[in-house]
Formats: sequence, structure tokens, C-alpha cells
Amino acid sequence: MADAKPVHHTLSVLVENKAGVLTRVAGLFARRGFNIYSLAVAPTDDERFSRITIVVDVESAPLEQVQKQLFKLINVVKITELAPDEAVERELMLVTVSAEPGTRGQVIELVQVFEGSIVDVGHDAVTVMLAGASDKLDDFEELMRAYGIVELQRTGRVALPKLERQAPRLRSVSGKVG
Amino acid sequence: MELNGGQALIKSLEMEGVEVMFGLPGGAILPVYDPIIDSPIRHILVRHEQGAGHMAEGYAQATGRPGVAMVTSGPAATNIVTPLCDAYMDSVPIVVITGQVGTAAIGTDAFQECDTTGITMPVTKHNWLVTEAQDIPRVVREAFHVATTGRPGPVLIDVPKDITDPKNPRSAMEWYWPESVDLPGYKPTVRGHPRMIREAARLICQAERPIIYAGGGILKANATASLVELAELTGIHVVTTLMGRGGFPDGNPLCLGMPGMHGNYTAVTSMQRSDLLVTLGARFDDRVTGKVSAFAPDAKVIHVDIDPAELGKVRRPDVPIVGDVRLVIEELVKAVRELGGRGAQADRAAWDAQLADWQRRHPLVDEQPDDGSVLKPQFVIETLRDATPDDTIVVSGVGQHQMWASQYWRFDNPRTWINSGGLGTMGFGVPAAVGAKVGRPDRMVWAIDGDGCFQMTAQELVTAASERIPIKVAILNNAYLGMVRQWQELFYEERYSEVYLSPDLPNYAMWAEAMGCEGFRVDTADDVLPTIEKANSIDDRPVVIDFRVDYKEKVYPMVPAGGSNDDIILDPSMGQGGH
Ligand SMILES: Cc1ncc(C[n+]2csc(CCOP(=O)(O)OP(=O)(O)O)c2C)c(N)n1
Ligand SMILES: [Mg+2]
Repeated sequence: MADAKPVHHTLSVLVENKAGVLTRVAGLFARRGFNIYSLAVAPTDDERFSRITIVVDVESAPLEQVQKQLFKLINVVKITELAPDEAVERELMLVTVSAEPGTRGQVIELVQVFEGSIVDVGHDAVTVMLAGASDKLDDFEELMRAYGIVELQRTGRVALPKLERQAPRLRSVSGKVG
Repeated sequence: MELNGGQALIKSLEMEGVEVMFGLPGGAILPVYDPIIDSPIRHILVRHEQGAGHMAEGYAQATGRPGVAMVTSGPAATNIVTPLCDAYMDSVPIVVITGQVGTAAIGTDAFQECDTTGITMPVTKHNWLVTEAQDIPRVVREAFHVATTGRPGPVLIDVPKDITDPKNPRSAMEWYWPESVDLPGYKPTVRGHPRMIREAARLICQAERPIIYAGGGILKANATASLVELAELTGIHVVTTLMGRGGFPDGNPLCLGMPGMHGNYTAVTSMQRSDLLVTLGARFDDRVTGKVSAFAPDAKVIHVDIDPAELGKVRRPDVPIVGDVRLVIEELVKAVRELGGRGAQADRAAWDAQLADWQRRHPLVDEQPDDGSVLKPQFVIETLRDATPDDTIVVSGVGQHQMWASQYWRFDNPRTWINSGGLGTMGFGVPAAVGAKVGRPDRMVWAIDGDGCFQMTAQELVTAASERIPIKVAILNNAYLGMVRQWQELFYEERYSEVYLSPDLPNYAMWAEAMGCEGFRVDTADDVLPTIEKANSIDDRPVVIDFRVDYKEKVYPMVPAGGSNDDIILDPSMGQGGH
């Protein structure tokens, strides 16, 4: 088990859209000794609330305790745990890769294989945008290393529950969302 | 009705039924102090803001109503961080109001600016920075609601000066009082789950060696009467934690007293050997469990708490019940009755005999020598206990004297024992006693304090003298930071590092007199009772007695830190050896 991947869980946390709420959440993790693997915050369709998507490293603390402590924050309205096989999870990466004339073709080819897109081009580098599941981004990052990564930025995961589980009636249309 | 923010704040406090507040003014809070002159709320002017916070705590613990403290920005706000943390650890409902620099100056390092909400976020249940005068009544309403419902705790409201200062147009507001609070993320569960309650009742009836483990939640929920009913219905013995002392009367034959690091042998060992811990408003604190992996190894656990996060935090319960402990106990009593009540209980004759045998063989021991060579601190406490009314409120500092007070006092009434359990704040005693006396002027209030603790907050006796709050203070003066000395003696090979205080410096009686109190000094056992009686007869000013007690005395029993409760050490000087 020594080299087993750390166990990650995704929590989708609906919070009141109030000043300092992110500090409360982040501060709670720090003082209770829970580790955050990634974190993304965005407004929701209801302006009173925001959604924080937190990927927790649950080897640092039992997930249940993390959720219960989070829920004690007055501004936290709802917590949904998104188990990996019950959620759609996506992450976005922007990466600037060295692409000298000699290797540029190979980089472009890999970007196409991964269904990314080139969003900026310089004399000897390109900036690639890639969205997808986190391990797909990991793989791409690994491949790009060989060419030389100049700068890299990832957003952290966002996630929503899979529809099949929540509403079986929607199964017929779910093909579109895949 | 048009008001300014300062007026609205004081009026909101009046609407919440606040009768008294503790505080000290300064620049940023000045506009809120002005309307106090015209308010029926009594304001008690402290000598240090830490005192205001602990007074609010003492008031809250003695009365069950939220304590209120108000101070200015910057250094005053930082001075009150210790009481906030103390109240957070012990779930004490207090509302602290701090002044703040004007909204336009926030973030500029203005004079006496500090990030009060940032600093206090980890030590409050919730806090608010109010930026509009119009929000003041709503925030005050929310703050009192959050402090006093669910698991009680401290809250803080930070109020910038521009929204309270009548000279500033931003302070204008149209008065209103919100009918209800709208906090979509805050809905404490108070009713226990009926299926879990039935399951708990079943376990209770079957258990052969059950113990009720009663914590501070019993007092917070005013659950004493229900707890007595449950214990008497089932015949199960009760241990009361440091925070739960008085939540079940010591005089009840089913009471086993305090468990934990300095608990008595029977309380500690009964938990260790039990097959069912009925945990009511307690949280498996490390001072109770000792080494968690060795704690009560054979016990199933029923855990009732209003805070869901406590269930499973330290020990996984077999039956978790989230709810108000009084309501849950009432339901438990019904459920046990439905199963047949007393008649449905397993045969516990052997267990009851075992408990009685432990109590007989290992009572708390102390001996006051007849030759008068030394004065034993336990003797002072026992004499004080016997010379004061049953409903006397006892407040303590932190250290050996605190443990002796908890061990040797007989608490037969709820809210008669007030101490700093979770944070262990030296200096808690004097100001908390002042707050308790303000809340319960009908009761006698004694602080049992250490010489070290007393020196941390003694200035609040000036507050007490000038406000005519006649508390009484017994200093168990052992000339040492005694508890630390005890650890150095036992675990650091008697290498005493920075624990000596001197018995005479300061001169406590003279210091007391200088602060407007009556001051006495007692050196011998013979003088103990007469001096206490003199103190009890004084009711127009505070009294301080400097008891010169044996510096060598240690607190026993003791479970060494991090050790198993099975390794409890009894008092070696009593010839009983270890166990
Ligand atoms: C503010 C604070 N500082 C330090 C400590 C550590 N501490 C715990 S007990 C104690 C000694 C207290 O001395 P005293 O008030 O004389 O009580 P005694 O143990 O002698 O009865 C100390 C220093 C503490 N609990 N609180
Ligand atoms: Mg001392």
C-alpha cells in the first residue's frame, strides 16, 4: 500500500455568498488539520449562494468529521459528497510548452489527441488549454514535460452529481451529456 | 423612528433582554457608549478587557442567560481573545461587541485597527463585521440566536465607528426589530431520532456494568432533573466531568464524582470496566479518556450531543443521538419505561457491589496534621464547604486548587461550579466570580483561586469593590505555580524550573485592602473557620483570604498524561501505593 494513490473525495459545498466565507472554510481545514487537495469557488445561479468544490485528502482525517465540522459553519448551507463514480468531475489546465520549430508538430499532434486547443502561439512556445478529468490532465502534463513546460496553471476540480443516479427518468437524454 | 447606529445597537441589546454588560470604552466604540447613559442596561466598568470577557462567561454560567461584553477596537479586541477562546472550548454563550475603525479606514493600518473578525474566527461560533447601520438590529438578533441555541458558544460583532457615530451620515438608520432570524445554514437538531432512542433504551436495560458519563451539556441544557430521573429509574451510577460537576447532585447515592486525570478511583475505574457508557453531553476529552486506545475497552457507547461533530470525533458510538440532551433524556426515560423500567434492567448486583467496594477501599484521602505544622489545602476547602450555604457558587482558577475544589466540594445544585475546563485559563477565577455574583446577587459566591492565577486578573477586585459586588476569594497560597511544580516533581526529576512565586510577595491582604476589599491572612488550621465566618459576614465589599497552605501537597489520584486510566496513581503518602 506504500505507493497507493492518496484517497481523494470531492465535496460540493453550498455556502452563503457573504464576505469572508472562503476564509472560514479554509481556516477550518487548517485548524482541524484537514488537507485540501484542490479548491474551486464560483457563483451559482442563485446570487445568494456560491459553490465551493473541495477535493479532500481523506487520509488526513475521516471524511465524516470533515463534513460535520464544515457543516457547523453558519454560512455553510449544504454539503454533497461526490464519490468519484457518482459524479462528473472536470478540471481546466492552461500550459505553456516550449515548441521549437522542430518539435512543434509533435506538440500540436498530442494536443489534438487529447482534444485540447492551442490558445496562444509564440516564436518558440505555445499555450494549450485542456479540460477534462484530472487524470487525463495528469497524463498530458507528463507528456508535455519532455518538451519543456514553461508555465502551468490548473483550476482545481469542479463536479456535479451524475444524473443517472439522481433522476432515472433522465436516462434517455443523458447520452448527450455522456 | 430614525436612530443612529450606536442607539440602535443599545436598543437591540435591550430588545434581547440584556440587563447587564461588562466593558471598557475607547475611541472606536465611543458612539455606542453615549446611549448607555440613557439605557436601563447596567454597565460594569472593568479594569482590563479580559476581565469583561470572563465576567460575561461567569454571568452566563451562573444564570444560563447570555453574557455580554463590549470593548473598543485594536488592543481591546485582542485583550478579549482569551475569554472568547475559553468560552468556545467550554460552550459558554457570550456576545462580544468590539469597536472597529471606520469602514473607509479598514485595511489601511489605521490607528487601533486590527482584523478582529479574522483573529477571532477560529474561537467564535460565528462573528460578524457590520458595515451598514441598517443591519445592526438584524445582526444582534442573529448573534444572540447563534450564541444561545444548538451548542452554545461565543459570538462577536465588530462595529465600525462610522456606522455608529451620529456626526457621520452613514450612521443613520430606520429602526426595526426583526421578528425572526433567517440563517439558511443554521438549524440545530434538538429532537433525538426515535429509533436510536429505542435502541439506546434496549442497550441500557441489557447492560450489566453501565455507567452514565455526564458532561457540561447537562448544565447547558438544564437537564439535571431529567438525569436524576433516568439514573433513579435504571439504578445506573453517574460520573460527572469537570464541566459537569453539579449537573447530578453529589449527594445522590448514585453519584460517583469526577472521572479523568485527577478523578477519584471509583469514577475512573468504573468507566474503564464498564460495558456501556451512556454519554450525555460529554465529549471524550483527553483529560477524561487518558490514552484513547486503552479507554473503557469493553464498553459500548451511547453518545448524546447537540453537536453532531462530537459523535465519532474521538470514540465511535454504537448508538449516536443528535439532540438536546434534556429532551433526549426525557424520551429515553419513556423508552426505558416502555421496556419495563426498573424491572427490565439486567441483574447488576455484582456491579453495584464492586462499585461500593472500590468506594470503600479508595476514598479521596487527605489529612490535616494535628500538630499544626502545615495547613493542608484540602482542609481549607472542606472547611469552607461546610461553612457556606449549599447553593454557594464556587468559581476557580486553574491548577491544583481547581482540582481540589472539584474533588472536595459537594455540588448538590446545578450551576454552582464555574471553572475553565477546556482552555484551562489561569486568571479566570476572580472575574468569572464577579460575573456570577452580578448574575446571582442572591447567592454567596466564593472564588477558590491559586496564588499564581490571582496575580493574573486580581485588578478586577477594584471593579468589584467600586461596583459593590461582594465576592469572596480564598487564595490557596502555596507560593508556587503548584500544578507545574507537581509535574516537575513527578516527571522532571524534581528539577524545579521557574515555578517559585514567594508566599509574601505580593502581600495579598494588603493588596486586597488597597483594592477596596477586606483582606485576611490565615496560617494555621485553627484560624481557618473563624476567618471564613468573618468573611461570610461581610456583605458590602469583596473579601480576600490568603491561606498559607502546604506547598508540597500534590493532587491525587493522577493518571499520567498520555497514560492509560488503568495506570491511575493513588496518593503514595497514604500508604496505598499504586494500583
Ligand atoms: C494563562 C495560563 N498560563 C499558564 C498556564 C499553565 N499552568 C497551569 S496550572 C499553572 C499553575 C497555577 O498556579 P496557581 O494559580 O498558584 O495554582 P496552584 O496549581 O498552585 O494551585 C500553570 C502555570 C495556564 N493554565 N494558563
Ligand atoms: Mg499556587
